[in-house]
Amino acid sequence: MQFALLIYESPEAFASRKSDGNDAYTGVWRAYHKALVESGVFVGGDPLEGPETGTTIRMKEGKRGVQDGPYADTKEQLGGFTILELPSLDAALEWAARCPAASYGAVEVRPLAPETKRRIVE
Amino acid sequence: MSGSEAAKVHRTVERVARESYGRLVAYLSVHTRDLAGAEDALSEALLKALTAWPRDGVPHNPEGWLLTTARHALIDFFRHQRVVSDSAPDFLLCTQNTPEASLATHYPDERLKLLFVCAHPAIDPALHTPLMLQTVLGLDAVRIAGAFLVSPTTMGQRLVRAKTKIRDGGIRFDVPEQRQLPQRLEAVLEAMYAAFGIGWDDMAGTDQRGRGLAEEAIWLARVLLQLIPGEAEVQGLLALMLHCEARRHARRDRDGRYVPLSEQDPTLWSLPCIEEAERHLAEASTCGRPGRFQLEAAMQSVHAERARSGRIEWKAIVAFYAQLLRIAPTIGRRAGYAAALAEATGPEQGLAVLDAIDQDAVSAYQPYWAVRAHLLQRLGRTPEASDAYDRAIGLAEDPAVRAFLLQKRGGFSLGPVEITPPHPSPR
Repeated sequence: MQFALLIYESPEAFASRKSDGNDAYTGVWRAYHKALVESGVFVGGDPLEGPETGTTIRMKEGKRGVQDGPYADTKEQLGGFTILELPSLDAALEWAARCPAASYGAVEVRPLAPETKRRIVE
Repeated sequence: MSGSEAAKVHRTVERVARESYGRLVAYLSVHTRDLAGAEDALSEALLKALTAWPRDGVPHNPEGWLLTTARHALIDFFRHQRVVSDSAPDFLLCTQNTPEASLATHYPDERLKLLFVCAHPAIDPALHTPLMLQTVLGLDAVRIAGAFLVSPTTMGQRLVRAKTKIRDGGIRFDVPEQRQLPQRLEAVLEAMYAAFGIGWDDMAGTDQRGRGLAEEAIWLARVLLQLIPGEAEVQGLLALMLHCEARRHARRDRDGRYVPLSEQDPTLWSLPCIEEAERHLAEASTCGRPGRFQLEAAMQSVHAERARSGRIEWKAIVAFYAQLLRIAPTIGRRAGYAAALAEATGPEQGLAVLDAIDQDAVSAYQPYWAVRAHLLQRLGRTPEASDAYDRAIGLAEDPAVRAFLLQKRGGFSLGPVEITPPHPSPR
């Protein structure tokens, strides 16, 4: 079954991305990604630009409400997601614990909903 | 009663609960086989203690008070449920005829039976440790779940299912006969070791389970040793855990950075802990029944010897690993053997041991990649070493270990970017 790891990062972590790619932040993420791919569990995923680049839309009574910024005003913000193919939640939690963000932010593990998808897609 | 006195009573309840929990649960469940029922009855007694003791004063025999109160709760429960199980009414009737006072002070210690039930072969091995921690030490599901990396709800459900199986599945509360004892005892020891979860700290391994339960595991091993004194492997396990515990404060430097065992400052090791470990190991060795825990403790003893001699006798460690591999060639032992062999004779020999391991089996096994990276680096095979370091870093959970490996890997400017916590993370 497939799980999404939703990766929440602190403002400091977002800020530390802006370097030349030869830094510890990139190093541990590169290593983690490599471990996922070489273990054959990686399905997909991407990092997201920082929360300040987000724009949130709500339609209220037919009018567009536009909010400059992310959906939720929390300290840690969604910084990316990874989708993994794994046999169980236990295995997904193992990989979440190894995720660099688990030690300086938070990682939420959620199963994908293939049944819901099937109903929508068919 | 003043606030401070209330707090004192509260602490007394906590202390008695901690010290007596396992004995009380074992005694209350040994005839009914109903662990959940016994735990509920004891929780009720503890709750009552929290209101009664501040009001009436702490009883002379707090444990006896809890036993009597829990037993009444259990009797009420059976009356209420009208459960007619084979043994419960007999047990309750029989204990009802015993004078309260004498029962409260002289009830038998049934914890050994309870330990064997928790690690029974009919119970999923993954639940042996959680069951032990809950029924013998009274740890709650939330704490256990955190240590075993599952959600508290899931852990709670798994424990409930296991207890139902113990109650309804015909699992007997008794000490196995001599013929079965070694095998059954091994499961008990394995479960305690899993709680300890030192993983393997020779070479930046983080194959840990049961983080933060080291003290509880040592407590369990002490209880077991008290219940069956003179068992060599029990003493071996205790010695192993004490040796590792002795190094708790040497594992991180002042800035929270990971320090591998061979680079730790021996003056930071706890001497009393090491001495106690050595005492147990020496006593165990007089039995002439070597086993896996004694061998592992002996290896730790060789490392501890560095405090006196200033050097590590790697050849001795290689010899102990060779014996361990004859017992069971697990991946962890093969990786450890490779690391020790590399130190004793050279990195080529160590690497050959690693190369012989099936690659599928190690694809997510962090210590293997840490050792492999180290050996490739020593051989000057830099690009391969970098790849192996990446795997070890990617599979590590501990940010301090990750940072340590990243530094050894090289090729990154580690300057201003600080993504490891400034303080050592609690193990």
